[in-house]
Amino acid sequence: MRNIVTSAAFAAGLMATAASPAFAATELTMYYPVAVGGPLTSVIDGMIEGFEAENPDVKVNAIYAGNYDDTRLRAVSAIKSGDPAQLSVMFSIDVYDLIEQDLIVPFDDVVKTAEDKEWLKSFYPALMANGEVDGKTWGIPFQRSTIVMYYNKDMFREAGLDPEMPPQTWEELVSTGKALSKDGKWGLMVPSTGYPYWMFQCFAIQNGKELMSADGTETYFNDPAVVEALEFWRGLATEEKIMPEGTIEWGTLRQAFVQGQTAMMWHSTGNLSAVKREAQFDFGVAMLPKHKQPGSPTGGGNFYLFKDSTDEQKEASLALIKYMTAPERAAEWSIATGYVGVTPDAYETDVLKAYVADFPPALVARDQLEVSVAEFSTYDTARVREGLNNAIQAALTGEKTPEEALGDAQSEAERLLRAFH
Amino acid sequence: MNEMARLQKRRLAVYGWMLSAPALALMSLFAFYPAIATFWHSLFSRGTSRRPSVFAGFENYGDLFADPTFWTVATNNLIYAGVTIPVSIIFALVMALWANAHIPARSFVRSAYFTPTILPMIAAANLWLFFYTPDLGVIDQITGFFGASPTNWLGQPETALASVIIVTIWKEAGFFMIFYLAALQTIPPDLREAARIEGAGRWTYTRRVLLPLLMPTTIFVFVNAMINSVKLIDHLFILTKGGPNNASKLILYWIWEMAFAYFDSPHAAAMTILVLLALGLVAVAQFRLVEKRTHYR
Repeated sequence: MRNIVTSAAFAAGLMATAASPAFAATELTMYYPVAVGGPLTSVIDGMIEGFEAENPDVKVNAIYAGNYDDTRLRAVSAIKSGDPAQLSVMFSIDVYDLIEQDLIVPFDDVVKTAEDKEWLKSFYPALMANGEVDGKTWGIPFQRSTIVMYYNKDMFREAGLDPEMPPQTWEELVSTGKALSKDGKWGLMVPSTGYPYWMFQCFAIQNGKELMSADGTETYFNDPAVVEALEFWRGLATEEKIMPEGTIEWGTLRQAFVQGQTAMMWHSTGNLSAVKREAQFDFGVAMLPKHKQPGSPTGGGNFYLFKDSTDEQKEASLALIKYMTAPERAAEWSIATGYVGVTPDAYETDVLKAYVADFPPALVARDQLEVSVAEFSTYDTARVREGLNNAIQAALTGEKTPEEALGDAQSEAERLLRAFH
Repeated sequence: MNEMARLQKRRLAVYGWMLSAPALALMSLFAFYPAIATFWHSLFSRGTSRRPSVFAGFENYGDLFADPTFWTVATNNLIYAGVTIPVSIIFALVMALWANAHIPARSFVRSAYFTPTILPMIAAANLWLFFYTPDLGVIDQITGFFGASPTNWLGQPETALASVIIVTIWKEAGFFMIFYLAALQTIPPDLREAARIEGAGRWTYTRRVLLPLLMPTTIFVFVNAMINSVKLIDHLFILTKGGPNNASKLILYWIWEMAFAYFDSPHAAAMTILVLLALGLVAVAQFRLVEKRTHYR
């Protein structure tokens, strides 16, 4: 069924391209994903209309393409079938694969003026980390998140804890969790399906170790600090008993939190607006607790420019990206979703200032950018990531010890990355 | 005379080819050509910006056999097929016999059984995702009522595959029931009366008359269930994504991963060819063995 919808949309896209008059201005096709809750396609459509009103000589077809995997698939197959998109929002961690497949161009080749070069520097550095490879900028942040801790203030009060003092260290996380785990309710849930590697990056970075090298050719899964981080995660369920055993489902976790099944959850800040809509209780948002240091990976999607387009199209694409990441749009997008405003200027806009004055949790993800690291990404990233995901799940379900699981994942990663040194 | 016969023969041959031409053209376009192209594609290494694709012979196949994931996935799929096929068929048959009997609210029973079939798989999977949710889910609510502790159905390797299998059976049995119902309607009632007069009990009648007469339907349903056990993976995307640690990963999902997540179409092509071979062998076996034992009227 989905295939039919996809091909229908694809055909519609083809017809739109075919039907454009010959003298028409530059035409752009852009695919984008939606990975969190809410009617977000209308927000994007509104932005596109605003851009077209300002730039009457550019026509933009913005096509919603599903989740991150679907979007990459749609964009890449469109290119290979000779009906290319000129730009797209895709997973920030797809960058090495897109370079390796020779599909994208760095922004450095497209920006000409001094003003544009300044613009490249206007974003939060933590959000640029994933897009910077071999000294060039390949991705511009659009829908970007960090992982934050949501907690149920009412449950904190019931357990006699201070609702304004969420746990700030691993030790406090455990002691708080123990005070909250009772009557079939859990203290903490950290999701381990969908994006286990992403959640694991939190534990690893808090324990003082990143999982991969900055050039995407090495992984450090079997480093003692990383193994210790996985032992701690597993121990939350087996030893401390503040989290259920087995893997925790990404897709239903938000439900479990708003139904009061768990007092704390770690989740993408992209879910903030949805939790705000659904929670019938007083909830708070905090930075993740620290151990040796605080930290979280960033996440989400970047804008990429595809190679196979004319100079006019590249310029128009750049104009569109500049429009969509401008402070007003970034603020609007942040309020609609909970994603981070991608530039400091976004937080200087009146709308966002008013919003965070009324709803301070919206600032937590941004404040955490200070200590955030790039999301896990290497060459051959999907395979390396899958090996890590399997190792995490094998350890959490007790099939292997953390040390054994991560050792296996490391040797697998080394084998895959040998070609890229 | 001889000449005449030869001409006649040739004309018949031409007619034969002409008659099969439309089907042959379509088959070539949509089945033979893609299969051959896939096979050809599976003989080359993966090309990237750094390393162009080169002819690699059967290296991709060797890689697959050396990959432990391949054996996990193949075993999972065998279990999946081995359970879903017979269980869906037996359920469908029992439901059909019941929905065909003279019971009150017969049409309600029929439509209730048929409902899961109408739902798109993705929607069904989302429903079941919430059934399976620990604590909150319907299943844990029910078991919890009897004092059982919550179970993480989709989140532990022991139960993940079984949970996926149950969703498939729930989805398929109602569909197959429809075919059995249709077949049951065509069995003349005088057979039953005759069996009664001969003194055959209900069980004997079912075993000796009903089941043999339903055999053609069973073959049809069996082939369908067989194909589905390889092709049905939509719910995996929602329920488990093949996890935890590949515990519920099936062949087609793995092929999808290789082709579209890993950008590794040669290995995906090689795996596709292996699946084609396996299905081809099964088809041959079916035609040789089962067909002989079926009575068509």
